[in-house]
Formats: sequence, C-alpha cells, structure tokens
Amino acid sequence: MQRIGVFICHCGTNIAATVDVKAVAEALSHEPGVVFSTDYQYMCSESGQTLMREAIREHKLTGVVVCSCSPRMHEATFRKAAEKEGLNPYMVEIANIREQVSWIHKDMAEATEKAVILGRAAIAKVHLNKPLKAGESPVTKRALVIGGGIAGIQTALDIAEAGFEVDIVEKQPTIGGKMAQIDKTFPTLDCAACILTPKMVDVAQNEKIKIFSYSEVESVKGFVGNFKVEIRKKARYVDEDKCTGCGLCTEKCPQKKVPNEFNMGFDTRRAVYIPFAQAVPKVATIDANNCTMMKTGKCGLCAKLCTAGAIDYKQQDQIVEREYGAIVAATGFNPLKPDKFNELGYSTCQDVVTSLELERLMNAAGPTAGTLLRPSDKTHPHTIVFVQCVGSRCDVENERGKSYCSKICCMYTAKHAMLIREKYPDTDVYVFYIDVRTPGKNFDEFYRRAVEQYGVHYIKGQVGKVVEENGTLKVQASDLLSGEQLHIDADLVVLATAVEPDKSARSIATMLTASMDTNDFFTEAHAKLRPVESPTAGIFLSGVCQGPKDIPETVSQASAAAAKVIGLLAKDKLTCNPCVANSNEMLCNGCSSCEKVCPYGAITYSDKEFRGPNRTTLIRRVATVNEAVCQGCGACTVACPSGAMDLKGFSNRQIMAEVDAICKM
Amino acid sequence: MQEMMKNRAYALLENGTVDRVLGWTRGEFAYDMTPAVFRNADEVKNGFVYNDFCAANLSKYLVKECRAGGKILVFLKPCDTYSFNQLLAEHRIKRDMIYVVGIECFGKADVEKIKEMGIEGITGITAKDGIYTVSTIYGDKAIKPADVMAERCLACKSKKHVVYDELIGNEGEVVEDCNRFDMVAKLEAMTPDERYEFWRGELSRCIRCNACRNICPACTCEQCIFDNPNSGVSQKAAVNSFEENMFHIIRAFHVAGRCTDCGECSRVCPQNIPLHLLNRKFIKDVNTFYGDYQAGEDPTAKPPLGKYEKNDIEPGEAGGAKE
Amino acid sequence: MQDVKEFRPTIVAFCCNWCSYAGADLAGSSRLVYPADVKIIRVPCSCRVNPLFILRAFQRGADGVIMAGCHPGDCHYTSGNYFARRRMTLLFSMLDYLGIERERTRVEWISAAEGAKFAKTMNEFVATVTALGENKRLEDLRCKK
Repeated sequence: MQRIGVFICHCGTNIAATVDVKAVAEALSHEPGVVFSTDYQYMCSESGQTLMREAIREHKLTGVVVCSCSPRMHEATFRKAAEKEGLNPYMVEIANIREQVSWIHKDMAEATEKAVILGRAAIAKVHLNKPLKAGESPVTKRALVIGGGIAGIQTALDIAEAGFEVDIVEKQPTIGGKMAQIDKTFPTLDCAACILTPKMVDVAQNEKIKIFSYSEVESVKGFVGNFKVEIRKKARYVDEDKCTGCGLCTEKCPQKKVPNEFNMGFDTRRAVYIPFAQAVPKVATIDANNCTMMKTGKCGLCAKLCTAGAIDYKQQDQIVEREYGAIVAATGFNPLKPDKFNELGYSTCQDVVTSLELERLMNAAGPTAGTLLRPSDKTHPHTIVFVQCVGSRCDVENERGKSYCSKICCMYTAKHAMLIREKYPDTDVYVFYIDVRTPGKNFDEFYRRAVEQYGVHYIKGQVGKVVEENGTLKVQASDLLSGEQLHIDADLVVLATAVEPDKSARSIATMLTASMDTNDFFTEAHAKLRPVESPTAGIFLSGVCQGPKDIPETVSQASAAAAKVIGLLAKDKLTCNPCVANSNEMLCNGCSSCEKVCPYGAITYSDKEFRGPNRTTLIRRVATVNEAVCQGCGACTVACPSGAMDLKGFSNRQIMAEVDAICKM
Repeated sequence: MQEMMKNRAYALLENGTVDRVLGWTRGEFAYDMTPAVFRNADEVKNGFVYNDFCAANLSKYLVKECRAGGKILVFLKPCDTYSFNQLLAEHRIKRDMIYVVGIECFGKADVEKIKEMGIEGITGITAKDGIYTVSTIYGDKAIKPADVMAERCLACKSKKHVVYDELIGNEGEVVEDCNRFDMVAKLEAMTPDERYEFWRGELSRCIRCNACRNICPACTCEQCIFDNPNSGVSQKAAVNSFEENMFHIIRAFHVAGRCTDCGECSRVCPQNIPLHLLNRKFIKDVNTFYGDYQAGEDPTAKPPLGKYEKNDIEPGEAGGAKE
Repeated sequence: MQDVKEFRPTIVAFCCNWCSYAGADLAGSSRLVYPADVKIIRVPCSCRVNPLFILRAFQRGADGVIMAGCHPGDCHYTSGNYFARRRMTLLFSMLDYLGIERERTRVEWISAAEGAKFAKTMNEFVATVTALGENKRLEDLRCKK
C-alpha cells in the first residue's frame, strides 16, 4: 500500500474562490492510502515546495498528489521537488483543479465535488504508479549526411565547423548536386559555380569531413545516438588515393560517344571521365557500361597512360561500416521528365527543352560554351516560349504530374527570360503561366524587372499544343485574360518542369524508418515547430527532400538541421523519456501488430527460450521495445490483443483506475 | 476422398516428408468429427476419417504442433487456408514446418439441421452425385445438401485455396457474389432499439464457456486478457449483461481486421449465438470504409488497423443507425 | 413521493496531452464554461485509448465517453490519431450495431489553440447525453451508483 500525501493549492484565489479547498483536503484524507492531506496558498512557491518536501520526509510518503493548476504548468516543478527528497519523480501526479475546475465552474458545491473526484482519480492512479527511471544512451559523435548537393554540403560544413566529424555519402562521382549544373541564381544573378565550388573545396579540405562519393547507403541499424550504417562504395575502377585528377585518361580514352549527363546529354564524354572541371573529389571514374576494356577486355589505354597507376579494372564494390550519432537526409530532387505531356512535344521536338537543360545551354562551361543555340540546328533562337507549371499543380487523378507547387519555377523562368533578353535583345520571350508566385525577399521586384525593364511577355494562360513544322515550333496557346487563342512561331520552347524527390529517397526513408508523404517528400516532426527533424529521433532533414525550396531556403534549412545535429552530438548521453512502452514477454504473441503501428521503428522481435510444460524449453518470438527510440505514444498498446504491450506511466491499469474513480460517485 | 487423403498421408509419412499428420477422427458420435494428430501409418489407417461432418478448421492446431517440432502434414479446406495465411502473417506458425494439402470442399453438413428433419441414430454421411446419403441405425436417408448445409457454407466466400503444397480434388474459385453480409445489412436496417433487443436476446444466452475463443484461429494469445488477473479486466463467468457484451465486443475488436470469417465461433457455440455476425460487421465496415480487405488472402498485406489513409472516414460520419 | 432529482450525466473525456488537453487548459484560462459533468483523463495520444477503457467507463456508470485528439495530420507522434480514428470508427460502429445509442460516444479533434471549440464540444456533448438520459444498455448493475 502506498503512503500518499495530498496537497491542495489555493493558487491565491484562483482556485480557492470557487473550490472549498479545506473540504477537498478533508474529503481526500479519507481515501485509501492517504496519510497526509493539506491545503496551501501557493504550492508552487518555495515555501509550498518546502511544505511538500517536509511532508514527504515526515510521513514517509511513497506517492504525492498535488491538486493545482494544469500538469502542463507545474508537473515538472513538483516532480523535481519530490526528487530532491529522494522520492521518484514519477510518483507524483497532478489533479488539474484550476483549468478544469475553478476557472470554468461558478457553483462552489459543484466545483468542490468535481475537485474531489479529480483528486480521487489522481490518488487511484498513484496507487498503481511505479518508480520510473529515465534510461541513458551514449552518443556517437559523428554525423552522416546522405546527399552531397548544396543542402548536404552546407549541413556538413556547419557540423564540421562545430568540431564534429561528418561523412557525406553521395551516389554520383562528385558532390555538388543540381546546383553545380545551374548557370546563374536568382534573384541576384550571380554565377552558381562561383558560389558553390568554393564550398565544395572547403568540404574537400576540411579534416572533419569525409566524402564517400560514388557511394550509397546500404543499410541502417540502431537508433538516435547509435546508428550503424553500411555504405556501399561502388567500384569506380580508379584508385581514389592514387588518382591525381590530371585528366589525361579522360582526354585519351578512345570511347568518345557516351552522352554527358552533366550537360543533360547535349554533348558527349569519354568512358573514363570526371563530371566537370571543379568536381570534388577530382578523381576519374570508369563507366563500366561503356568502357571497351570492361566490356571486351581489349583496350587498357587509360591504364597504360596513367602515371599514378590508379586504374584498377578489377576493383570491386566495397562495404564500409560506420557509426553515427545523427543522420541527415539531404537526398534532393530531380526535375520531372515531361514525357507524359505529349502535347508539349518534348519527346518529339529537339528544340523543346526543360529548364535544367536550358541552364546547360546557357552555361559558359556547357556544350555551347555559353552561346544560346538551338539543339537541332545550332542556330540562334529569336522567339522563345516558356511554359510554366509543367507537372506542377496537376490534378492528382490524371497522374501526369504532381499536385504541389514546385515553388522555384516562377523565379527561375523569370531569371531565364531576363538573362536571354539581356544577352540577346533581339529575342522575343513569352512566358505562359497559371499564376506567378514570387514570395521571397526581392523576388517580386525581380519578376517585375523581367516584365517592366526587360520586356518579357507574360501571358496568363496555358499552352495547348507544340508541333514542329519546317524547323519552327508552332505554339498554340490561350490567353485567359483576353480570351484569345494565340499562335506563336517559336524557335525554342522551354518547359518549367516540376521538381520531384530523388527516386532513392523512398528506400532511404524505409532504412531510416523516417516517414514520407504521398509525394515521397520526407515528413517533418512537426509542420510548424519542428520543420528540420524527422519524427524518428536522430534523423534530420535538409533541403528539397523535405519539400520544394530554392537555394537560400535550402541553405537555411541545411544550417538549421546542422544546428539540431550539433545540439544532439554535443551531449555525451541522451536521457530517454521513461514513459515508454514495454512488452511483457510472457504474454507476447510475437504477432507483429504493435510493430505495424509504431511510427519510430522502436519494436524489434527475437526468438527467445522459455520454459514450456513438462520441463521442456520453448522458443517463442517476442517483441522488445528500444526505450531510447520509443517516444511513448502508446499506439502499440492498443494494437496488442494480449495486453503484453503496456505504457509506463500511462498503463492500462492506471487509466482504468482513473476511469473507475471518475465514474464511481 | 477419404481414401485419397489417407493414401497421400501414408506416402508422405513413408518418404519422410512429414513426421505427423493433422486430420480428423471420429469423436463420441459418428457425426462428431474431431481434430486429431496421427503419428504413423497405422494410426492413420485406424483413426483417420474424412467426410462431410469434418467441419473443424485445423489451422489453429498448428500453433501447438509447430512448437512440438518435426514436420506436420495438414489437410485444409479452402476457407481454412485463409486462417492458415493469417497465422503465418502473425508469425504464429512456421511455414517450413508444415506441409499443406489443400482439399476440395463443397460445404459441410450441419448435423443440427439433419436432426431437425427428424433423422436420428446417425452413423455416417457420404456424398455422391450431389446428394447426401445419411446412414442411420434405421437405414439410409437421401438428403439434398442445400437443405442441411451449415450456414457459413451457404454463404461461402471462397472455394479457392490461398495456399497449399499440393491439392486433392479440383481448385475452386473465389465466390464473388456471396451473400454473407445479408444478415448484417438486415440488422443495420433495424432501429437501434430493435438491434438492442436482438443482441440482448442472443448475447444473454452466453454461458461464457469460451468455446468461441478457444476454437478461433485468430484467438491464439499466450494468455487471453480475460484470463489474466493482472489485466484488470479478467472475468470467469459473465455475471451480467455488461460482461456478456464486454467479452464479445472486445473479442470481436481484437480479431477485427484479422478474422478471416471462417465461422468456427458460431459453429461451436453451444447456445447457438450467431457470433459471426459481430465479426462480419467489422469485416463489412472495413470493406466499406477502407476498401475491400480479406484477412488471410495475402499474408504480406498490411492489416486495416495497422495502416491508415489521411482522408479516412471520421467516426462521426460512420454511424450505421438508420432512423 | 420520491425526490425527482435532475439527471446529471457522467462524462469521461480522454484527451491527448499535446493538443486536446492543452485545448482544455486554454478553455480554462479563457474562462469558457462547460458543465462540471465532464471529467478529463490525460493520455499521451489518442492512440493510447483502448476500447477497453471506453467500455470500462460505461460499465462503471459513465453516460457518455468522448475522445479528443490532435487534428489529423497534426499528431505529435505523426500517426497516432490516424490509428485512433480507425479504431474508434470501428468500435463506435459496433456499439451502434449492438443498439447502444450512437450519441453516447464521440470523437473530436481539438488543437491546443481551440479552447473555444473544446468548451463548445463539451457543452454540446453534455446536452446530447443529458437528453438521452441514463446509460442503461451498457451498464453493470454491480457498479450502480
């Protein structure tokens, strides 16, 4: 039997004016197990807490009920005070007689009666309370960043800056991501490479950062503070440590006809290649699908040429196991391939390009050395039509595109239009839009400059059809404002295609037990208040993998994620919430019902030996809760039919005791 | 049929594929077929029986048999294979310890219905050319199967096995237009008062013998909460109407999304309470609210209570009351 | 003559810690009145509410049970209320099927900012249950008041 002390707070007159506190103290003193019951003006005050502590000592209390304000206000205060007196803090329960009684009821008799009932419910619960101890788990002081685009780069740099080790896993041969392919950036029009590549170099030179390029995450085990990750280093057939990046092999390789993905296939590269001049790490990679040596065993020219002896045709994929305290997903995006939009002619007309393709066609390091030429006949286009929202803001039912707004297209289209008008004033530029969305610092000003200063023709309406006739793109469109049908003879059509999460994100989310929305964007722990954390503890989100964003937003979120990671890695030990689920192995059926509703992947199963009838042993599959990962929601406890799964601090018995106390009048 | 099954049992025991056979044997009465384990060919020869009184779903017995080790041969009717898959999905049985022989089924006879026809002294049943011959100590009686078929078989949902290693007889089809929800719909169409009266009339007969729970292939808990004094809700005999309701509501809820609608609960109820109508209500609701779901059809499918959609129906919109 | 006492229902409200319990606190600090018949039990999440608790409440003499949680999509634990919603949908439909008055059970999504909605919901629910009268269909005579 518990020895329970009950303390009724007047809260000045906040409670005492409506609740007869003396009567409540008197009524509750007769409850079973109650050995001390009193009232006091301000329980939360220093003297109120002293009163409670003295009573704990004097009456050898094993449980405490405070009838006062909401537990959301002072539960922690009273629990700390009890702890100082050697009482387990989880032996303290609060009956909320202010927010739930005195502040909302007028009649004193009625309010007093309700206060007594709430007090009884708390006493009934305390009878079943058990001392709980918050567990601790150590923290591995190293972070993993999945994805080496601008998001991953910024996150890694910030974490390293704070003095922690960071690994970047990038599936491409170089870090840099999409930003490396972009020509200029809005709204300042500075060159993307000029601001990105110094950061790439910083990453390469930072001693705290290790880059796993041309690598993928193979498996993730463990939990916050203690992740074990297997990384697959794909064979690049070049020894990274020996290669000096001189590029001789990439110039002499006889296989010249491989489409260059960095330039969106507008030119070619060799079978051994470095994606672009500023690649990090600057190491060659042999593309085994196109290498003559790898395919037929006859060539080996690069190996002969390489003075460093870095070429290794026999290299194998390598699995590296590393430990981390935190993981950041920065898996980024890809532009949607507009091949379901047949009417826009992307698959049939060479001169219908996507915006990212246009970036390469305008870039000084691109296939045309920065001169804007049509892909088909390498002539200068004089009339250019931009089509916005290709694959964005679509009906979900028609399955051609995405329901969401890709957020960046309005701005980059304005940028393209402006740059073209600036460089080639003889060009007519049309932009077809649904809405022009420009929220952001200096964004609307930027767009207005495109219209007012650069004379870009913005037309509210949609393009219905693009067909090629004798080298001209016949564009049919409607102007929604004038209601007219337009026919434009264009030389180039640019599609502002939607962004979509990288295909690899889904499998990574599964490995991380991080949740995703229906569009395959990672879900944040709280849409407003925890936007850079995944609901899974220790997993953080950086960049477009969480939702469409532009570069400044991506960088802010990347730094925010880094701050969260640093906060985690700065701790030596993590204190866990002790109100977590636990499974009674004797009752567990091993049926996996609980695992299916756990949002954190906190439940695992193992075969354990039990004593069976007649001195036999029995192997049974039973659930175990990882207390460091469990957040204590209790979903599993209801999914469990046998009652094996229960929640500490909110057990079935405790809640039913409260129900009984409330209902029995 | 029985001979074919016995021959397969001999052969599989003989060549060491299996160590034991789970089948049926004669109980106290000739129509009282009960599950049994046969350890060798002799036991099969002497004890194994299969006829249209063999209604029991053998899949639940595999939970215990899997723990005893060795490999077990089990004969499963189409509806039993759904229970088998569900147990597999819940890790209650081990696939590699079991050899499943699917057996063709045209429905099982309900001996109570035969008795109601005034037939007594039953000694056996045989089926040929779509006619039952019930042998009695007073001679043989020919009956149309439809007249004496168990309720659950008249509303059969599937004659197709969802899992088997080999098959005896022909494979059937899923019954697309089965009428198993008719009675649920009829109850739903009543007023709440009528429904209350109906269920009071039924559930008040409950004697808490636990037969429904003990036979249910979804009720395989190590210890039932109603038997566990630490659960805070244990009951022995139901002492009043609340506990009668409580037990059946919670039992139905615990098997919601897991019940394959095998109908064993109603078959074994000594008080003839139509317990399957509780389970079918949940199945019907799941189908209506969350899309068609047949427990046991696909052991890798996520159960309806283990998943959600963001735009699921709200509890307030889901009322079945028609007033 | 027997005293005809005005019927006052017993209402149990299960409130999730993060949204609805905080909503009740806001109703309190905003001094929004609702009947004293409502007694709140704090649970971490609506997905902690076991059908057993609801039946237990009716058994012990509750006349109405309401469960309140975060709005769908806003669950502190991301998915708890989605699971709770399915469970309660099925349970309430079953109670209705057994002829137990549909109006005695209710689910409401109330955020921490919706003190007014909390008070309004409770006022409505108490009025509904009061009109229904005492719970007789799911009571345990041994637990009679």
